[in-house]
Amino acid sequence: MSVAGPSQDAKCTAARAAGSGAHGARRLALRLLIATIALAPLAAGAADAVPTEKDAVAASRAVKLSEKLRCLVCQNQTIADSNAELAQDLRRQIHEQIAAGRSDSEIVDYMVARYGDFVLYQPPVKPTTVLLWAGPALLLLLGCLGLVRILRMRRAQGEAPPLTAEERERAERLLAGDPRKDLS
Amino acid sequence: MGKKLLIPLGVFIVLCAFLFVGLWRDPREVPSPLIGKPAPAFTLSQLHEPSKTLGPADLKGQVWLLNVWASWCVSCREEHPLLVELGKTKIVPIVGLDYKDERAAGMRWLAQNGDPYNVSVVDRDGRVGIDWGVYGVPETFVVDKEGTIRYKQIGPITAEALETKILPLIRELQKS
Repeated sequence: MSVAGPSQDAKCTAARAAGSGAHGARRLALRLLIATIALAPLAAGAADAVPTEKDAVAASRAVKLSEKLRCLVCQNQTIADSNAELAQDLRRQIHEQIAAGRSDSEIVDYMVARYGDFVLYQPPVKPTTVLLWAGPALLLLLGCLGLVRILRMRRAQGEAPPLTAEERERAERLLAGDPRKDLS
Repeated sequence: MGKKLLIPLGVFIVLCAFLFVGLWRDPREVPSPLIGKPAPAFTLSQLHEPSKTLGPADLKGQVWLLNVWASWCVSCREEHPLLVELGKTKIVPIVGLDYKDERAAGMRWLAQNGDPYNVSVVDRDGRVGIDWGVYGVPETFVVDKEGTIRYKQIGPITAEALETKILPLIRELQKS
């Protein structure tokens, strides 16, 4: 057993090292990928046009909008995060519609009309979502009410009725440390 | 004391009931807001005859199915035999929307697996798909005589869905 211990430990360490090595490599690859993606538009933009003020505004609007919208394929990602083909297509839609002069709310309405409220990361307040929005506050309120009730009950229990003369006398005897007289 | 215990127990049971029902619901199935709405218009080139086009306007007055498929779609193979059978019965015209696909690949796929479609149209860049709220392939829509979307099947059509939902709905819509 004592032999198996260290060797197993060594194996685990090796495995962990290998794991972190792979992890590190993956992270490096990811960073390179991000850098490439981040730089690609620069390279592309440099070739055809100098970005104007309007382009920058449009680009930041597109990013903000695509961060508000859910990708329906990878449902826990926004269409800004997701690389699913549908997300790419929807990002293209957003860019085109911004270029066509549509307002943010028009674009959001366009998406909701096709994919429903589910496409919004922040669900709208409507009769069907009232419980969703008010739920946490309601639970907090209920909790507070419960707490107040319990505290009041405790206080009511804590206030003991006043002692009778006999009880007081007995208590004094006990406190004086004379147990014999307490046998009665 | 007994009564007080009943409240948390009740809350717990209700919570369990919700979670239990949730176990059998597919989060990938997002209800379409287009049901009960007019079918989004399009005019797309036909798969086999690129010079001809087709759109929902051409199908007004009849109940029809729009089946979204693609040659690259794996689960389309799952539902395809059912569609081929349905196509043979001639109960309902089936229009295929070849979604984000190469024309040649689409034609080859239909030649290999059978062609249940009265007509297929090509949505090369997926724009019509977006208009119809398509977010995965296959999807199938039932459109009524007035051109209103009545039902959407997300994912492959199953024999059960066909028998219990789609066919009864088609029969009912055809009567009206």
